[in-house]
Amino acid sequence: MRQFSGMGTPEQTNLRYKFLLAKGQTGLSVAFDNPTLYGRDSDHPLSRGEVGKTGVAVDSMDDMERLFRDIPLADVSTSMTINAPASWIFAMFLANAEKRGIPFAKLRGTLQNDILKEYIAQKEWIFPPEPHLRLITDLMIFCRDHVPQWNTISISGYHIREAGSTAAQELAFTLADGFCYVEHALKAGMDIDEFAPRLSFFFNSHLDFFEEIAKMRAARRIWARHMKDRYKAKSPRSWLCRFHVQTAGCSLTAQQPEINVVRTALEALAGVLGGCQSLHTNSMDEALALPSEKAVEIALRTQQIIAYESGVANVIDPLGGSYYIERLTRDLEEEAERYFKRIDELGGVVRAVEQGFFQREITRSAYEYQMALSRRRKISVGVNEFVNADERLEIPVLEIDESIERDQTRRLHEVKERRDNQAVRTRLEALARAAGGGENLTPHLLEAARVYATLGEISEALSGVFGEYREQPFY
Amino acid sequence: MAEHRIKVIIAKPGLDGHDRGAKVVARALVEAGMEVVYLGLQQTPETIVRAAVEEDADVVGLSILSGAHLMHFRRVRELMEERGLGDRLLTGGGIIPTKDQDKLKTIGIERVFGPGDDLREIIEYIQAWHRSHAR
Repeated sequence: MRQFSGMGTPEQTNLRYKFLLAKGQTGLSVAFDNPTLYGRDSDHPLSRGEVGKTGVAVDSMDDMERLFRDIPLADVSTSMTINAPASWIFAMFLANAEKRGIPFAKLRGTLQNDILKEYIAQKEWIFPPEPHLRLITDLMIFCRDHVPQWNTISISGYHIREAGSTAAQELAFTLADGFCYVEHALKAGMDIDEFAPRLSFFFNSHLDFFEEIAKMRAARRIWARHMKDRYKAKSPRSWLCRFHVQTAGCSLTAQQPEINVVRTALEALAGVLGGCQSLHTNSMDEALALPSEKAVEIALRTQQIIAYESGVANVIDPLGGSYYIERLTRDLEEEAERYFKRIDELGGVVRAVEQGFFQREITRSAYEYQMALSRRRKISVGVNEFVNADERLEIPVLEIDESIERDQTRRLHEVKERRDNQAVRTRLEALARAAGGGENLTPHLLEAARVYATLGEISEALSGVFGEYREQPFY
Repeated sequence: MAEHRIKVIIAKPGLDGHDRGAKVVARALVEAGMEVVYLGLQQTPETIVRAAVEEDADVVGLSILSGAHLMHFRRVRELMEERGLGDRLLTGGGIIPTKDQDKLKTIGIERVFGPGDDLREIIEYIQAWHRSHAR
C-alpha cells in the first residue's frame, strides 16, 4: 500500500509522509512539482507559478534532507516518480542517505526513470532519447554494484493509458519500451540476469474489469516468453513481470465525486485479481484537485478492505482457467504482438517516437473514447447518464499559496551562498567532461549532489553536451 | 466570400504534459470543419499570441491543468489586446476553479470548459460566438 503524494515545500510533504506512515502505509511515493520534473530550479523563469503546485519542489540535496527528515529510510521503501532528471534526483537521495550514515545496500525503493513513455505520453524530457537512455543504463550498472535493492526503472503504461490509449496499446507500448531498455543494457555490456530481476512495471487499472485483469495476465506471459526465448535469460527471476498498479485517474468524474470511491474500489480489485505487487488507489476528489486528507484516507481504507477483509489477496491468479479471461488474455497478447511487429518495421521504439507513431495512435484512441461518451455509446454515470440535474459543479481553489515559491527560491539562494561554490564548479565541469566521453555518469552525479549542486545546474551542465529535445506537435 | 472557415489556435502554456484534452479538442474541432493550429506543449503567452497574429486566428484556446490558469489567461488576454486581437475569442479548458472562472469573466473570458463537458458544447460555443462576431 503505497499512496503517491507530495505538495508544497519539502517540510509540508514530510508531514504528509509521517501522517501516512502513522496510518499504516508501508512505503512512500514522492510526487515532484513540474519544474523539478523538467530538471529546472525553482527560480528558473519557466518555473514561475508552478513551484510546489502539483508536487514537492526539490532543488538540491538540502531539500532532500528536509523531505525525509526523521523518516527511517532503511525501513521504508521509497518510490520516486521522476524521469528525465531521475539520475540526479536519485544522486541527491543517495548523498542524503550517506550523510545520515545509512548504507546504500539497505536502501529499498523504485525510481520511475522511464523516459520512453515520456516521449510517448507524459512529455517531460530534457535531452534527445539516446543520451537519456545512456543515463538509464549508467544508473542500472551503478545500482547493480552499489544499491542492489533498488528498482532502477519502473516501465510505465499508466501514463500511456491516461493519455488516452486502449488497454491493448498500453500493454504493447509499455512492453516494447521494456524490450528497448533491455537491449540498451545488453549493448552496454550487462548480463541479462544481472539486471532483469530489478526491472519493474507500472500499469493502469481502468474501468473494464475483466479486460484489465486479462491485460495484466497477458503482460506476465509476454514478458516471460520474450525474456526466456528472445533474450535468453536463465534465471526465473528475470522472467517475472513485477508491477505496481494505480487506479485510473482519467476514469474519475468531477460530477458526483463520491461515487468515484466505488469506481476506484472496482479498479483496485481488478489490480489485485490481476496480480499486482503494489497498489495506489486514487482519491475521490482527484478529478478536481489534489486530494484532501479525508479523501486520501478513504482511498487507503479501500485497499485495506480488499487486503484484510475480502480475502481476495489470499490466492494467486484466481481467474486463471476461466474461459472468458483466458480468451481475453490471448486476444490482448496477439494484439500486442502485432504492435511489436509494427514498431520493429518502423525501426524500433526510438524511431517510432520520432515519427509520432505512438502519439498518433494514442490521440486517435482518446478521441474515439471521447466521441463514444459524447454520442452515449459509452455510459459515464453522473456525466452523460444518471445525471443529478440540480448538481452544480463547484471546483475548489487549490490551497497552495504563492509564498511557497518565495520560500523555496529563498532557500535555494541560501544554499548557493552557504555551499562551496568552487567545489560545485569543479564537479560540474568534471560531469560535463564525462558526458562528452563514455564513462559512467552516475558517480559524477553523486559527486555533484554531495556538494549541493542544484538540479538546474546539473541539467544545464548535461544539456550543454547532449542538447535539448523538441517534439513536433502531433495530434 | 463564402463561408469563412473558423481558425483556432490551441496551445498548452506552462510545464505539464497533460495534452490529452488539448489534442482531443483539436481533433474534434477539425472534424467540425474548423482549421486548427495545435502549437503543442510548453508554450508561453508570447509564443501563443505571436502564432495567433501570424495565423490571423479567430479563436485562441488554452489548455491548463497545472493551476497557473489565471496568470496565463491574463497575460494572453493582455498581449492579444496589444497586438490588435482584442476582438477574437479567448477560451480554454482544464481544472479551473469556480471562483477563478468568475475572475476570468471580468477580463473578458466568458466561458472555459472542464471535466465532463461534452465536445459538442465546445464546438457549439465557438460556432455561436463566430456567428455573432462575423468579420
